[in-house]
Amino acid sequence: MTLDDELYQDRILDHYEEPFHRGSCPGATHAHEEENPLCGDVVRIELALEPDGRIRDAFFDGEGCCISQASASLLMERMVGKHLDDVKRFSAEDMLELFGARLTPNRQKCCLLPWRTLQTAIFSPVESGTGDGTKPD
Amino acid sequence: MSAAPSSHLDVTRLRADFPILRTILHKSDQNPGVPLAYLDNAATTQRPRQVVQAIVDVYEKHYANVHRGIHWLSEQSTDLYEEARRKVQTFIAAAQPEEIIFTRGTTESINLVARSWGDANLKPGDEILLTEMEHHSNIVPWQQAAERTGAIVRWLPITDEGRLALGAFDQFLSSRTRIVALTAVSNVLGTINPLAPIIAAAHRGGALVLVDAAQGVPHQKTDVAALGADFLAFSGHKMLGPSGVGVLYARRELLDAMPPFLGGGSMIRRVTTEGFEPADPPAKFEAGTPPIAPAIGLAAAIDYLEHVGVDAIAAHERALSARAHDVLHSIDGVRVLGPGPEQSGGIVSFVIDRIHAHDIAQLLDRQGIAVRAGHHCAMPLHKRLGLAATTRASFYLYNTPEEVDALGTAIEEIKRVFRRK
Repeated sequence: MTLDDELYQDRILDHYEEPFHRGSCPGATHAHEEENPLCGDVVRIELALEPDGRIRDAFFDGEGCCISQASASLLMERMVGKHLDDVKRFSAEDMLELFGARLTPNRQKCCLLPWRTLQTAIFSPVESGTGDGTKPD
Repeated sequence: MSAAPSSHLDVTRLRADFPILRTILHKSDQNPGVPLAYLDNAATTQRPRQVVQAIVDVYEKHYANVHRGIHWLSEQSTDLYEEARRKVQTFIAAAQPEEIIFTRGTTESINLVARSWGDANLKPGDEILLTEMEHHSNIVPWQQAAERTGAIVRWLPITDEGRLALGAFDQFLSSRTRIVALTAVSNVLGTINPLAPIIAAAHRGGALVLVDAAQGVPHQKTDVAALGADFLAFSGHKMLGPSGVGVLYARRELLDAMPPFLGGGSMIRRVTTEGFEPADPPAKFEAGTPPIAPAIGLAAAIDYLEHVGVDAIAAHERALSARAHDVLHSIDGVRVLGPGPEQSGGIVSFVIDRIHAHDIAQLLDRQGIAVRAGHHCAMPLHKRLGLAATTRASFYLYNTPEEVDALGTAIEEIKRVFRRK
């Protein structure tokens, strides 16, 4: 299987076409948006955190290539119900492994955009949100 | 589909001059590979052997620093460098060789004007008129000049078809407009702008005009005298020449009045502990050791283009563009940008419904097709179009109708990968 066949496989296309939790997160307490200015990809992640640090809900929105959008969907699916400590422990390598398909260095950046966004989102409380004041650390 | 293009170029013979075009990509034990279809000429072009040989000859036979040595080699090198300047002068019909400044590229040429002419002439409230279809290299230097001088950048809009809204030109050209800076050909839409009437109108309003001819000079006959351009900038690497050399054409009286840009060796008449006295143009604007071998390589590229014929190249590109429009229009879900092949050069940008430009470019690469995906250094234009990224195919003299057809076939394949009908 070539790199491209691996990349544009059904599992990834499914996440691109019918993403998990695309939209805005009800009762979001934390949110962050990142952009890859080189290609214009944008990912926004909104989280609803419980006082004990559990991720009650997680949504993404954005615009970009198949990789950045599918990886955001995969990441949301993985993180709902997890704890903040799990997010912090979830490394870039873990993200590439979750994505599954091998990627050239250039397109690894697309895959890691949602992961970077999430890592900042957990430290970015929503100012005017209905948040219950959870501070992750 | 329209009939095969009526091209007078013997493309098969031309391609033999470009060894890189014989590249086979993605070859492995299981895969016989695919031939390269190089459709990224608006980014940079390839070089024929004649240009490569000219550069080899410089370094093997003639190279020394220019305008310096009393020795034989330095004279050889200087002669070739100045001959290159005269070749550029003739190619764009400038009145004197002193009006040709060698720079590192279009970007440096425009920065030179914005820094030197701009800082000396722009006052608070003066207006710089750009267009919505400019490349960043003809935007940012003017934004920087505006920051330094208090001048204001204004934007001539484009129509939905991707032409300049020339009906509104008089509204945007005010008594405060000091310079109009616009592209000869849009690097995204391919739109060929009607330079002569725009320049005449700007001059009637008392403004100077800078033409970004990076996509113009390589693809259409350019006559600065007939156009009446005050400044015109272009790059060697987009016209079969080496990277690292570009040209600024400017009218002599402007160059005489402008302060030097970069300071250093060559650009002075004399230096004392108290100060310096600048040299005359063109040396005044060529501080330091210039791009000697690249300039000589550019002269060889001009020889090659003239031998083939710039008008014949333009006709060939138009035919390829027309074919590309036909091929792309016939595919569901593909939208071609720009005003259509009659008014655009060899640049065809498109979007495919719900498939991102980077995915398109990656999957085209699998078929050996090299295109550009992204905002093509024209973010304000993409904002105007309401698009984050587009895919661009751009043609030159060595491209073939078969490569255009391969682009169409590959796009059908991409739709299959994305499970689209």
